[in-house]
Amino acid sequence: MSKKQHDTPMLDQLEAGPWPSFVTGLKRLAKDSDYMTDLMGQLEHSYKTRKGYWKGGTVGVFGYGGGVIPRFSEVAEMFPASKEFHTLRIQPPAGMHYNTDVLRKMCDIWEKHGSGLIAFHGQSGDIMFQGASTANVQGAFDELNELGFDLGGAGPAVRTSMSCVGAARCEQSCFDEARAHRQVVNTFLDDMHRPALPYKFKFKFSGCPNDCMNSIQRADMAVIGTWRDNMRTDEPLARKWFAKHGMTELVNDVVSRCPTKAIMLKETKDVSKGAKITSVAINDTQSLEIDNSNCVRCMHCINVMTGALATGTDKGVTVLMGGKRTLKIGDLMGTVVTPFMPMKTDEDYQALVELAQKSIDFFAENALEHERTGEMIERIGLINFLEGIGLEIDPNMVSTPRTNPYVRTDGWDDEVAKINAKKAAAN
Amino acid sequence: MATMRTPIESGVPDNKQFLHPLMHKNYGNWKYHDRPRPGVLHHVSHSGDEIWTVRAGTQRQMDLYTIRKLCDIADTYADGHVRFTIRSNIEYMVSDQAKVAPLIESLTSNGFPVGGTGNSVSSIAHTQGWLHCDIPGTDASGAVKALMDDLHAEFIQEDMPNRVHLSTSCCEINCGGQADIAIIIQHTKPPKINHDLVANMCERPTVVARCPVAAIRPAMVNGKPSLEIDETKCMCCGACYPPCPPMQINDPEHSKLAIWVGGKNSNARGKPTFMKMVASGLPNNPPRWPEVSAMVKKILYTYKEDARSWERVADWIERIGWPAFFEKCDLPFTKYLIDDWRGSRSSLNASTHIRF
Repeated sequence: MSKKQHDTPMLDQLEAGPWPSFVTGLKRLAKDSDYMTDLMGQLEHSYKTRKGYWKGGTVGVFGYGGGVIPRFSEVAEMFPASKEFHTLRIQPPAGMHYNTDVLRKMCDIWEKHGSGLIAFHGQSGDIMFQGASTANVQGAFDELNELGFDLGGAGPAVRTSMSCVGAARCEQSCFDEARAHRQVVNTFLDDMHRPALPYKFKFKFSGCPNDCMNSIQRADMAVIGTWRDNMRTDEPLARKWFAKHGMTELVNDVVSRCPTKAIMLKETKDVSKGAKITSVAINDTQSLEIDNSNCVRCMHCINVMTGALATGTDKGVTVLMGGKRTLKIGDLMGTVVTPFMPMKTDEDYQALVELAQKSIDFFAENALEHERTGEMIERIGLINFLEGIGLEIDPNMVSTPRTNPYVRTDGWDDEVAKINAKKAAAN
Repeated sequence: MATMRTPIESGVPDNKQFLHPLMHKNYGNWKYHDRPRPGVLHHVSHSGDEIWTVRAGTQRQMDLYTIRKLCDIADTYADGHVRFTIRSNIEYMVSDQAKVAPLIESLTSNGFPVGGTGNSVSSIAHTQGWLHCDIPGTDASGAVKALMDDLHAEFIQEDMPNRVHLSTSCCEINCGGQADIAIIIQHTKPPKINHDLVANMCERPTVVARCPVAAIRPAMVNGKPSLEIDETKCMCCGACYPPCPPMQINDPEHSKLAIWVGGKNSNARGKPTFMKMVASGLPNNPPRWPEVSAMVKKILYTYKEDARSWERVADWIERIGWPAFFEKCDLPFTKYLIDDWRGSRSSLNASTHIRF
């Protein structure tokens, strides 16, 4: 371990300044490691020439077809020690909770087998153990696996999932995100470890519509907590909030920012009565009145007046499908396929797994190569997708009904008859 | 050769084993939270239990000495439990308010800025870049380090109209994701093809199928099977490069950086929104990308100055309108910002709603 450090005048400029410097960390590793010394040399070379020099390949662990990101250097003749710099994608626990004992063990394993560089976390949620030679990948995985961790997804496979801090520490949590995350993803480990789907499939779990996991825009199946009953209130906390913030903030930041005008400020004596009305006094004469039947569960007022206003208790999830980023046809948001599923009993969680199973089965059968779920839905239409996974249509699935007449409607009467028969059977 | 070890397909580990005991005890039973100061959350349970969280920024790509240091801090000043946020901030949970100040002091003195909560500029969601990606047009960690150095003050205080999320992405796939302000590579020239390598390295039908505008077709070049590009159709997205590395899209000179604004993931107030491109042509200028940082700061501080409380960047622009946005931020509105991709007509103004 005596290799001379490469000159890194450009990277050196990233050591100054108040934000933690990854370059300082790389240098600390390079001090005792030829591997990291050459890695820094290659990175400096990239900074100088403004190009990347890693290429993929085939590296894996015994028994799995994916989860390791192979990286071979194209400039190995200049930086031979780091010619192989593979990443192990390791699935995090739901909510990314750790204790120091397990983090220290991860460090020890990576000190022994890898570069010593770990990212918490990659954009898919993986803990990324960055930098191992081909020969060391198996040993590193074996020890991480014995520690209770498993490889994540890569390629055309079910991918590593993420969930928010959730019920562990957030009052806005509307279901057990960790349980749903674990139960759903662990059902599809075969589809994760042996990539054979048309393309990637991502699940994400957010406990409430604030969607801290960015699931609508990033997940093929977004599971987002919500509630059906009335919002809860707490008068002492509402009075406390008002005493601190005053009428201007209450009107401008809460009442007028409700997207569906479901909140009104009223004299307490004039507050409406009704099964769908929630109200809370903010001082001795005035109250907030909330029309729950017109609340879209956007979370804004709850975010501003945390505790004074709170989610309801009849909780569950809204499921949206088809979110993805740019390639190939452009950005797509996930759209509603299930307005509400209760998420309380074992059967409820099993129903979520079954919905995921049907969706993946349909995706595997019907998507084209390299086509995401959202692109498939765009190609075949939402109706065909819903029929394929056995879901009923619902007006909550659209922003508006169609705006053109280009549809053949000779089955209209039959559809109406079916809907009426279903209504009659339900009554 | 020794027998290979069969993996234990354990999947997602159970997080209960890692939770702070108070979080385990009050799982699903939290009542509300407040923020005693920037970087600190205080959660109160229906049981009356209280927990304090201290949030600090990290460099995300961490050497194990940094991780061990973070663990030392957790063991000495906190209760030995941590978690990470989606933006690579670390959070320490403590059951005693008296532990908060020494913990903050320890984090700060070790170079980890405490903040990123409430209406602050949180750390930047970012990608791998030159350090590890196989197709990057730029670096991520460096651009993030340079920009967060400049925005350090906005991370450690809660002085923005609403929270601000930033992201960077090293190619147009945009792994960094939607953000209030995003930095993304924008290529400006078609790929340069190494025809000697295509036949051996690329599955040609796959590459042809990957092109969003059908600009790639099989061709014989110098007697070898290769691919050719209709450069009048090519919009330089780089989609062909991952399946076919000899179609080099990255160019030190002509791969530029673009700025996008107004992405929002949350359903709060309006529905989630995609971000929109508002500037491009910025030079890929390592190691500190000063032109990019300057433009992000110009937009950010215009927003800070002009937006009303609780307006995200998207909410602010919706109120003031795009012409005012470009004028206030001193950005030229070029023809390239008018969408012509599929569905684009819905982004045109089909009304007489015009602010004079």
